[in-house]
Amino acid sequence: MKRASAFVLALLLTLCLLPTGALATKEQVVNVYNWGQYISDGSDGYLDVNAAFTEATGIKVNYMTFDSNESMYTKLKTGGSAYDVIIPSDYMIARLIDEDMLLPLNFDNIPNYQYIDEAYRNTAYDPDNRYSVPYTWGTTGVIYNSAVVDEADAGSWDLLWNEKYAGKILMFDNPRDAFAIAELRLGQSVNTDDPDELRAAADLLIDQKLLVQSYVMDQIFDRMERGEAWVAPYYAGDYLLMVQENPDLRFYFPEEGFNLFIDAMCIPTCCQNKEAAEAYINFLCSPEVSGQNLEYLGYSTPISAARAYMDESVTGSEIAYPSAETLAAGQSFNFLETSVNQLMDSLWLEVKTYGGVSTVQGACMIAVVVAALLALAVRRIRTRRRLRRRCAKWKA
Amino acid sequence: MKRTALAAPYLVWMGLFTIIPLCIVFYFAFTDSVTGSFTLINLLSIGNYIPIFLRSIWLALVSTVICFVLAYPVAWFIAGCSPLKRRFLYMLVMLPMCMSFLLRTLAWVALLEDTGILNQIIGLLGISPLPMIRTDGAVILGMVYNYLPYMILPLYSVLLKIDHRLIEAAQDLGCSHAQVLRRVIFPLSVPGIVSGFTMVFVPAVSTFYISQKMGSSGTTLIGDVIESQFKAAYNPNLGAALSLILMVMVFICVAIMNRFSHDGGEEVITL
Repeated sequence: MKRASAFVLALLLTLCLLPTGALATKEQVVNVYNWGQYISDGSDGYLDVNAAFTEATGIKVNYMTFDSNESMYTKLKTGGSAYDVIIPSDYMIARLIDEDMLLPLNFDNIPNYQYIDEAYRNTAYDPDNRYSVPYTWGTTGVIYNSAVVDEADAGSWDLLWNEKYAGKILMFDNPRDAFAIAELRLGQSVNTDDPDELRAAADLLIDQKLLVQSYVMDQIFDRMERGEAWVAPYYAGDYLLMVQENPDLRFYFPEEGFNLFIDAMCIPTCCQNKEAAEAYINFLCSPEVSGQNLEYLGYSTPISAARAYMDESVTGSEIAYPSAETLAAGQSFNFLETSVNQLMDSLWLEVKTYGGVSTVQGACMIAVVVAALLALAVRRIRTRRRLRRRCAKWKA
Repeated sequence: MKRTALAAPYLVWMGLFTIIPLCIVFYFAFTDSVTGSFTLINLLSIGNYIPIFLRSIWLALVSTVICFVLAYPVAWFIAGCSPLKRRFLYMLVMLPMCMSFLLRTLAWVALLEDTGILNQIIGLLGISPLPMIRTDGAVILGMVYNYLPYMILPLYSVLLKIDHRLIEAAQDLGCSHAQVLRRVIFPLSVPGIVSGFTMVFVPAVSTFYISQKMGSSGTTLIGDVIESQFKAAYNPNLGAALSLILMVMVFICVAIMNRFSHDGGEEVITL
């Protein structure tokens, strides 16, 4: 009895503690949902952006990551999650706006928006500057390991289809980036909505499949740095991080053209704390923070004033800040209609699942099934016969 | 009355987390992803995925058979040891299961990669790296390694319970070792074999993690496709339809296996 009452008392006490604990601190939290490896986190002596934000404002940061625009979209669409700030890419922002999944920003709370360069305003994905604030911009290109890959093979997207490097080639694991490469190689626009052109691009990706080691996103870092894979298409900013680990890596802009993207901060409709979210966006736009953050990341800043806080070796890099001449070959992703997205998704699934089973395997499987059924039938007949015989004996 | 009352918590749990979700799977499988109206397209599209289904079943089947061949002698050996030794060996079989499944699979990746530990050792001997990872064999290895305990344990518990007097009786009546195994031990262990086959085959046929980490771009399994529909492509309808088909196929396989168990039981009685 005593024990039971003590237990009940303890339970009550814990219950009392819970709400008061939450009330006492009344801590503000901002839930940030960003790409993996996409913020300076204090490693290598660089700025820890989230810690600095908490220090400056007292708002805690709950930081989560995704590995592709599509998986972020799925997470938002599935519901049950409350993110305050998300950082998707241009074409995905256009899709989110189209589907009413973003809240308009209150720019009174984001005074640092003034530092954003004119070139990154009034973009195709958010023409009225209502929903997004640019975080970074960048390019995609080809990364290869110069210790094993012949320089003569580099220069175009063809390297990703080069049979010499079969099994050592990595590929994007998201439909938009993967299709863009095939489309550029075929000389199409990266925003094509023609079903025949998409079909041709899918066929090209199917051709490539036998040579591809894996379809991956952030695993590219590990595989390229260790030499497990030799050729991979990826974002230029990430190359600058990889080359610090493996100096044999090289990067080039393919001659057929490449994707030029902007990743921007938005507030989704599931936001719980809009003011904290806007404070966070504002913080990331301050030239000092943007400079230190992107110096580590290797991606390019949309804030010219931030370059004053960066090392010259970074701002002078032709990969992070290519010349206007190079950039002219870049194409940005635009909004695609739902039907086009669906077609692309189903073609992508076809690429990923392409390939069959050999006839030997098929024959073996059929043999196993037939053998199992035969065994069952034989057993049953034998048991019956045995029973009948026994009955006959018994009668006799 | 009391029986129902005590079982109530789990019955409610089953209703909430088994029956209702199953209904939702049914609902999604039969509706369109955009309009939400009734459609059979998701289920009919299975035609596109027959090779993937066959590949999944094939790899799972091979792994299950290998598991059985490896596990039967081991289970028989452990069951025949002294109690102390038996407990120790039993623990050794269980031990890997105490570690995360994901971690163990990643450890195999680190071993088998082209720049992995095994290939580095081989490289020291002057041999060029062997293509071990990203093959069908690697996927089967991953499945066998991860699911072997699920085969050993049911076999072990059945073999342990076999009455030794039956074996002695068979030997007294002139059975050779092979005959004892074929006519006494094997029929008596059929329930263990069936449950071992089920416990290995069912998770193996629906796995996605092992094939992603240890397989090539050509070893996509049905589990991978289902996962991608929920995680990246946002097409839960197709994902639900494929899950439903997989479930039905697993049920059929289990039903066939259970027939063996049933017939085996009769066999023992009529002997």
